[in-house]
Amino acid sequence: MTSPLIALRGVHKRFPGVHALRDVDFEIRSGEVHGLVGENGAGKSTLIKIIAGAYRLDEGSLQVAGQAVHFTHPRQAQDAGLVVVYQELELVSSLSVAENIFFGRLPNRNGHVQWQRLYAEAKSLLQQVGLDVDPRTKVGFLGVGAQQLVEIARALSQRAQLIVMDEPTSALSPQEIELLLGLVQGLRARGVAVLYVSHKLEEVLEISDRVTVLRDGVNVACEMASALDEKRLISLMVGRELGEGIAHVKRETGGWALEVDSLSTDAVREISFGVRSGEIVGFSGLMGAGRTELANALIGADRRLGGTVKIGGRLLPPDSPLAARRLGLGLVPEDRREQGIFPRRSVRDNASIAALDSLSRWGRVLLGREQVKVDELVGRLRVRTPNTQVPIAHLSGGNQQKVLLSRWLLVEQLQVLLVDEPTRGIDVGAKAEIYRVLGELAQSGLAIVVFSSEMEEVLGLSDRIYVLCAGRISAEYDRDTATPEALLTSALPG
Amino acid sequence: MKQWATRLIQNEQAGLLLALVALCVILSLLSPVFFTAINIKNVLRDAALVAIAGIGMVMVILLGEIDLSVGSTQAVAGIIAVVVLNAYDSVMLALGAALVAGAFVGLINGLLITRAHINSLIATLGMMAILRGSAMVSTGAVSLQGTVDSFVDVGTGHWGPLPIPVVIAAVLLGLFLYVLHYTTFGRYIYAIGGNPQAARLSGLPVEGTRIAVFVLAGALAALSAFILASRLNSGQPNAGLGFELQVIAAVILGGISLTGGVGTLAGALIGILMLTVLSNGLVLLNVSSFYHDIARGFVIILAVYLDTRRKNSLVRRMVSGAR
Repeated sequence: MTSPLIALRGVHKRFPGVHALRDVDFEIRSGEVHGLVGENGAGKSTLIKIIAGAYRLDEGSLQVAGQAVHFTHPRQAQDAGLVVVYQELELVSSLSVAENIFFGRLPNRNGHVQWQRLYAEAKSLLQQVGLDVDPRTKVGFLGVGAQQLVEIARALSQRAQLIVMDEPTSALSPQEIELLLGLVQGLRARGVAVLYVSHKLEEVLEISDRVTVLRDGVNVACEMASALDEKRLISLMVGRELGEGIAHVKRETGGWALEVDSLSTDAVREISFGVRSGEIVGFSGLMGAGRTELANALIGADRRLGGTVKIGGRLLPPDSPLAARRLGLGLVPEDRREQGIFPRRSVRDNASIAALDSLSRWGRVLLGREQVKVDELVGRLRVRTPNTQVPIAHLSGGNQQKVLLSRWLLVEQLQVLLVDEPTRGIDVGAKAEIYRVLGELAQSGLAIVVFSSEMEEVLGLSDRIYVLCAGRISAEYDRDTATPEALLTSALPG
Repeated sequence: MKQWATRLIQNEQAGLLLALVALCVILSLLSPVFFTAINIKNVLRDAALVAIAGIGMVMVILLGEIDLSVGSTQAVAGIIAVVVLNAYDSVMLALGAALVAGAFVGLINGLLITRAHINSLIATLGMMAILRGSAMVSTGAVSLQGTVDSFVDVGTGHWGPLPIPVVIAAVLLGLFLYVLHYTTFGRYIYAIGGNPQAARLSGLPVEGTRIAVFVLAGALAALSAFILASRLNSGQPNAGLGFELQVIAAVILGGISLTGGVGTLAGALIGILMLTVLSNGLVLLNVSSFYHDIARGFVIILAVYLDTRRKNSLVRRMVSGAR
């Protein structure tokens, strides 16, 4: 028997705080279409990047056609015939199709580009992928579907043995999808293997010979596509135990603290929901479903195109996070370092910055009062810091997150707190504490909205759950009716 | 004691202060004139002009922005001051007119940056050219003489032993030290400059603070213009040529980082004194004034280089601290 095109054996990959791949065995045969599915954070991207030479593996081995390889640079993987077409297309829109296909490898003689040869070779590659455009056309003039085909032509020009397609159809129209799937069939017929990574389970089952399911960094199944159906795939993808340390208590809820009516921005459409004081509402959804975008839309960081938002019954003016804060709506953002902390400022300054209106008189900060309030919260949230004068950048991620929660808790008028990815990049112990704090805050009458890609986090924390899909709310669940399978089914694009 | 010593060495401000002292010592040895009361007063008087405009520049750069229009503002505000002075025979009215003009320029800068979303480098570069051109056109490129005798007192007079501009600068430095460290406005400046995105998402008054800082910077530049005009008893269309570079170089040398949110007014003051002493020393040593520009150019590049190095070492410390 010939050796598989790609073989991973016992592969581990760890990042700070995350064990992304655990003892993964995985292989792709020449000329097969191999589907790869899994939830957010299951390890799909990590696996792709290891094959592409963008990550090095911590343990285990990678073989290409039976030879052990140690990629240290993506270029080496490309030279070995492994090419990835990423979700975000990596074309230069101001250059021609031909230049993009042969980017960095333009046919030349002594540094002079041989344009005739370039266009001729590009033409023949474009024919192979079924794209009928002049190779001199600027890529910027092409639609997304055509650009995807240019990427594939580029992969073919590198004599690819394996083309990895990461969510190839997420931005394509139905006709374009048909074309692409046809092309994948064609590639298989020519002996090129395709690793097809997608959330669209129907497509995966239709096109693949075999399908591998990753869950929590573990390869939980690799089966013939003909032996699988969507329901079976979903149950393989979830089946995770609920997050530890989320103790849910029944809470008294009050009146509507947040009312949203057909809110739209560039990224979210016609969002309507409400949150009562004392309630935790969760938003679940896949990568790119619009969770962070919805949070930004609510506080007015993204331009509002339509709809209304009310805080405690009062209309929130559009496009002003300042007005949102004054009405009592706050956001703990997803990306702590880029959007949350003021890294060079002290813990105290970071905590009090949004509450200075009430901690000052005539523009002068009341230092004594500020210190008392900050100390009180730092104690209550158990922020581990030598004192409140050290720069916040010196704290661990979990403690930084607690300081960001304090920032909003110091705002006297706060009614609704949005928390985007409350525990991203935080270790397990600190996670449990964040969950405890969020529970206590709801208990004390705050309305909390949690946006999270971790399904068990949403399930564990929330009283009610909304699922986002492609910028719209696709389902609503009560605590009792929500199951991982149900959430995932609603999150997957139809 | 040992800890105190290492902290002193790590503290860039202390290092700069030591360099300033060293420079003074060297100049006293090279020139008998340097360490005399008259010369020291001259140095302080020159430094006062830079410091007054420098306070505004410190706030602008702390925000992560830049203001290239302060030099031309000096010309325009000086001319307006002298025109009003001659027309109404009132020094106070002249001062008021200059300040309003400077604040107005700052307001336009602020609106261009916050509302029209024009990069501050470009907005104030355009403003710099417009104002300089206006100064030239309105005066026919000749200086405008003041006709009120008491006008020159502001720039050349004394309060007790101290030149009036030095007193004004000292009072303003004290005031803005307080503003930057003990007011909500100061906290917002550091926060916005340190992480504009976080400031916006936290609901801070980002636009209002930006506009206010540019207005203050314009008014402070106009105040320095008023003092300069008084000293020369004239409004000159080519006043403040290259002044913006002098101010920017001084505050960056004093540790105000171009990335925003980092540095102190006290540090900036040391940078200002350092550059003024350097210029003064070059004059005393009979170095042609053309060389001053060359020296200043070198200092700007050196200051930014030091700033970049400080930033890189901080990133390294933060990364290694996080592991």
